[in-house]
Amino acid sequence: MADLTGVAELAPAATAVEVEGPARRRQRPIFVILAAAVLAIVVVLAAIGPQLAPHDPSAQNVLLGTSGPSAAHPLGTDDLGRDILSRVFAGARSAVVGPLLIALGAAVLSATFGLAAGFRGRRTDSVIMRLTDVGLALPPFLVILVVAGIFNGGYLLAVALLIALFAPWDTRIVRGATLEQAPRPYVEATTVLGLSQRRTMWLHILPNILPLIVVTACLDFAGGLVALSGLSFLGIGVSPGAADWGRMLADNEPLIFSNPAAAIAPGVAIVLTAAAVSVVGDWAYERLSGRQGR
Amino acid sequence: MSRNWTRYIAKRMTALVCLVFVISLGTYSLMALAPGSLVDSLLGPRGRTPEAVAAVRQEYHLNDPFLVRYGEWLGGAVRFDFGNSVRTDESVASGIEQRAGVTVTLALMAFAMVLLVGVPLGMLAATRKGGALDGGVVSLTTVGVSAPPFASGVVLLYLFAVVLGWFPPFGAGQGFLDRLWHLTLPAVALALTAAAIVVRVTRSTLIRELSQDYVVFARARGISRREVLTRYALRNALVPIVTVSGLVLGYMVGGAVLVEIAFSLPGLGSFLVDSIQYKDLPAVQGVVIVIAVFILLVNFLTDLLYVVIDPRIRLGGEVDG
Repeated sequence: MADLTGVAELAPAATAVEVEGPARRRQRPIFVILAAAVLAIVVVLAAIGPQLAPHDPSAQNVLLGTSGPSAAHPLGTDDLGRDILSRVFAGARSAVVGPLLIALGAAVLSATFGLAAGFRGRRTDSVIMRLTDVGLALPPFLVILVVAGIFNGGYLLAVALLIALFAPWDTRIVRGATLEQAPRPYVEATTVLGLSQRRTMWLHILPNILPLIVVTACLDFAGGLVALSGLSFLGIGVSPGAADWGRMLADNEPLIFSNPAAAIAPGVAIVLTAAAVSVVGDWAYERLSGRQGR
Repeated sequence: MSRNWTRYIAKRMTALVCLVFVISLGTYSLMALAPGSLVDSLLGPRGRTPEAVAAVRQEYHLNDPFLVRYGEWLGGAVRFDFGNSVRTDESVASGIEQRAGVTVTLALMAFAMVLLVGVPLGMLAATRKGGALDGGVVSLTTVGVSAPPFASGVVLLYLFAVVLGWFPPFGAGQGFLDRLWHLTLPAVALALTAAAIVVRVTRSTLIRELSQDYVVFARARGISRREVLTRYALRNALVPIVTVSGLVLGYMVGGAVLVEIAFSLPGLGSFLVDSIQYKDLPAVQGVVIVIAVFILLVNFLTDLLYVVIDPRIRLGGEVDG
């Protein structure tokens, strides 16, 4: 303990607060309903957005060029005459698929390593914790910016990097929750009954810490969406001209004087989706951990 | 005591130097593995002659083994010489110097906003826990945490630069006051997410502290609400707040990249993005090292602050009782 990480061991107080946070941050029912509605719309758009769009998202009309909102184009058009609303619809797909993969990937990794570290302890624990130390020392966004940028990285490389960079944080959270469960009578009972460690971890401890894993995965989804759209805003990870919210924001920012909706709409879409996921995550945490009565 | 401090700082500094060394080796190997060679980005696809290729390889020491090249680079880097930019042929170090000013001013303004708004707002919400104001603040932080700086930046740009015309839409300004005026909107965009996090942490730690017995006893002894809040509860809540403030400074380096691009500011972040897009590897390496040193120093200072604000935390990490 008397080493350099000593002080840092005290520091995670803030992370602990954030982890405990959701329980106290009770969302009001009206916000939960709104958030669920936003999410439902985004998921439908991700599945069949281009079919619902009033125009072909990539159809150009150079003669029309930039135009403000009108009956034919509710959010106007961009400099190539493409319909903004249709492009926002089409952009939902990359805003759902990547973050979903990130949330699932980080959840699986963190459950595997966090349970092992918290329950097996000893060497497993110290090896896993030193590994997460490395991950925690890296600022995620800068790392993916440099690595994906230098390697001409596509969307999937960015997704894989984000899973690797989010997993250490989640592993710590899962480990902490597992440590809390380990001394409880039901865990002792499984040992007395002679269940294997693996069985105890996955069938008995996991269900008890699932609410925490769900809320963490929701936060990863939101963080993943923000990071991925940030990358595409910088022109990394998506091909030019792709209907991606971050990319649209960057491409349409110069139109802020002629058709501001073209730049603002994708930004609003990003913020609404990310906020909706975290509200639903908080709500799910409350429900799953049976605290809705309090 | 002072011997402890010297020993502790020496130990931390050694670790810091080792970490910077590892990071530099990591980025250098990453760059060496990168697809698309320096030769390609310098000479382009057309009109390259074997002589030109040989000259470029000679100039950038590409014929030397990897470790020799790294050693030469490292020798320069410790003297703040990162070689010349492939794109502009100017010294990377002077490019960093020219652009660091904007980024540092931007980050400091944003950090000041985060602390001056975030901590008081979190305190206010905590003292009115469960009320309408608390609910409003909590809802705002949910949106704030989810708002990436480039998205909020465009909205701010539209409202305050295009519609109201209070602030200039682009550029970093000349002179001190003009620069502050130009950097206000970008700093707000950068501060929003971080402020939301600081509000949340301040609020939840304070709520926990305010429910402790010592608060009830202090009130029973007749100490005023205000004094209990600022002298007792806030002091005990400081460690998490300092932790999150340190994390926020680290976050701002990444956020500054997005804000500088969104507001077309000539700072370190836009320098990094331009260099990445041009595959200007010497410049990328230089900026990455400068950023890494900055983040490590912030972490170090945060750890020192713990010792100052919480006497129970001893140097080296042992805690009493």
